Amino acid sequence: MLHIVACIKQVPDTKIIKMNPKTNTMDRRTAPAILNPYDAHAVEEAVRLREKYGGTVSVLTMGPPPAVKAIKKCIEIGADEGYLITDRRFAGADTLATSYALTKALEKISKTKPVDLVICGKMTIDGDTGQVGPGIARRLDIPPLTSVNKVVEINKREGYAVVHRKLEDGYEVVQSALPCLMSVEKTINEVPYSPFPNMLKAARYEPHIWSVDDLEDIDIKQLGLKGSPTIVSKVWAPPKPEGGTIIEGSSQQQVEHLLSVLLEKKELFQAKEGV
Amino acid sequence: MDFKDYKGVWVFIEEKDGEIPSVSLELLGAGRKLADKRGVELAGILIGNSIKHLTKKVFEYGADTVYVYDQPIFKHYRTESFMKALLECSNKYKPEIILFGATSTGKDLASAVATDMPTGLTADTTELDVEEDTGLLLASRPAFGGNIMATILCKKYRPQMATVRAKVMKALSPEPGRTGKVIEESVSLKEDDIRTKVLEIVKETTKKVRIDEADIIVAGGKGLGSAEGFQLVHQLADALGGAVGASRDVVEAGWIEHHHQVGQTGVTVTPKIYFAIGISGAIQHIVGMKNSSLIIAINKDSEAPIFQSCHYGIVGDAFEIVPMLIEQFQNALSRKEVSHVGKV
Repeated sequence: MLHIVACIKQVPDTKIIKMNPKTNTMDRRTAPAILNPYDAHAVEEAVRLREKYGGTVSVLTMGPPPAVKAIKKCIEIGADEGYLITDRRFAGADTLATSYALTKALEKISKTKPVDLVICGKMTIDGDTGQVGPGIARRLDIPPLTSVNKVVEINKREGYAVVHRKLEDGYEVVQSALPCLMSVEKTINEVPYSPFPNMLKAARYEPHIWSVDDLEDIDIKQLGLKGSPTIVSKVWAPPKPEGGTIIEGSSQQQVEHLLSVLLEKKELFQAKEGV
Repeated sequence: MDFKDYKGVWVFIEEKDGEIPSVSLELLGAGRKLADKRGVELAGILIGNSIKHLTKKVFEYGADTVYVYDQPIFKHYRTESFMKALLECSNKYKPEIILFGATSTGKDLASAVATDMPTGLTADTTELDVEEDTGLLLASRPAFGGNIMATILCKKYRPQMATVRAKVMKALSPEPGRTGKVIEESVSLKEDDIRTKVLEIVKETTKKVRIDEADIIVAGGKGLGSAEGFQLVHQLADALGGAVGASRDVVEAGWIEHHHQVGQTGVTVTPKIYFAIGISGAIQHIVGMKNSSLIIAINKDSEAPIFQSCHYGIVGDAFEIVPMLIEQFQNALSRKEVSHVGKV
């Protein structure tokens, strides 16, 4: 029986978000909060591993109280339990402070139910770093396996897992001791529509909610903005490049002009055509 | 922590099949500039098995010193072994800045090392600068899903660390015969100390076009409306003999696989010709293609930011323009090839 914990995050949908051009800040009202798309694949993989090997899937997130919604989404996908750590003292955390807070929560979770596998999405769409997963692994002193696009085997009795890690030109097959942490690629699975019973369960589900005071042996100095070595000093819209020539005229004239531009580089096409 | 103890700029040099990938050479170029501005040394750190001969190239591309860990245990990249070498070396020689390529290896290693140090790590940097007197690294990157740029600082910790996108920085032209100091180090680490084992490395032999190597890229965006509409991009790419690129939206909509994605969270490309069709031009996309030699944008929306980042723009309907272009391009080519038959 495996205990898998998926670390997830609620994020603003950065595809829809509008920036305030005067202040260069995000206008959060314009963006709906969603479960980070990469994390949906992490939860789905955890659920599939539970189906195969038996066990429990927990999800863990840090965020403001509305992040409960992201946990409910994970319950819809098939998670069994959800944990939200929420406290103003967590706010403003960079990747280092985030991995610290999540690790403290993971330590608490594993006290009641030892964790065999921590699983994360490749990255979040609002932070775009992919640094929190490996950070958690280092803090828990378990092997980090990044870029995982297939889990071949989990053997709890023998204490190992075998995965494929995606490389730039292929993949490598890696065996790791358990427990370990995996951050998974989107290609690892497809997240199907949630079955109806899961939706019902999610609607009624209430996650465990912890504040800083509920966590043990915690060093407040390592939390939130205070515990973050990196700071954003300046946010700016990049200077607009000069822009190019806009080709005017009728469609026919535009195409002719464009063609003449392309044919100036005809050596590229001749090489390709090879006639 | 006394910052005066920390001096010099380091670049983690990757090694792949006995070669140094271009991203590491680009970082030596970027690191050289930072080191010169600060008046400090630039060093490469090279970890692997039978890799000593690569130091020559690291010097030729700008390093003053190379730290080398050459041991069988480093045959394959593994987080735990490489991390140990890098941490020991950094604790011993105390650089003020360490740069990594934002590759799967570079990101994996940097994330682990930064946690253990601990120190700040900026991901996927696209611009680097340093304050001459304080040595503060100014690492800038697209943020919030690529809607804006942000400059990230790490004021209270040393070394400062960043991963840097491939193909954004420029490598120096190599200086044959340029040499420097080689410092050989080693870690005491047994195979049993490492909890992971690489069982096999599989090269994908499919003839996937690697878009980062293509001379011509035709990329499409959400403006094409649907997966069917996106076929237009394939048609033009076929006609021009180019590769197909895509914006993030298109990949997330599932119209094409991720390895075609151009931009901050995809691939950075520098082709000779780049077509952006129905791509609005979010910063996240622009940082991945702005160094292309010739950028041509076609978009219905005359206000689309892509027109600020192209050499030639056409405000119009791609579904009208592109088929005309394909036809006339093919005519023009066949005119050349069969000129003895006269005009087609």
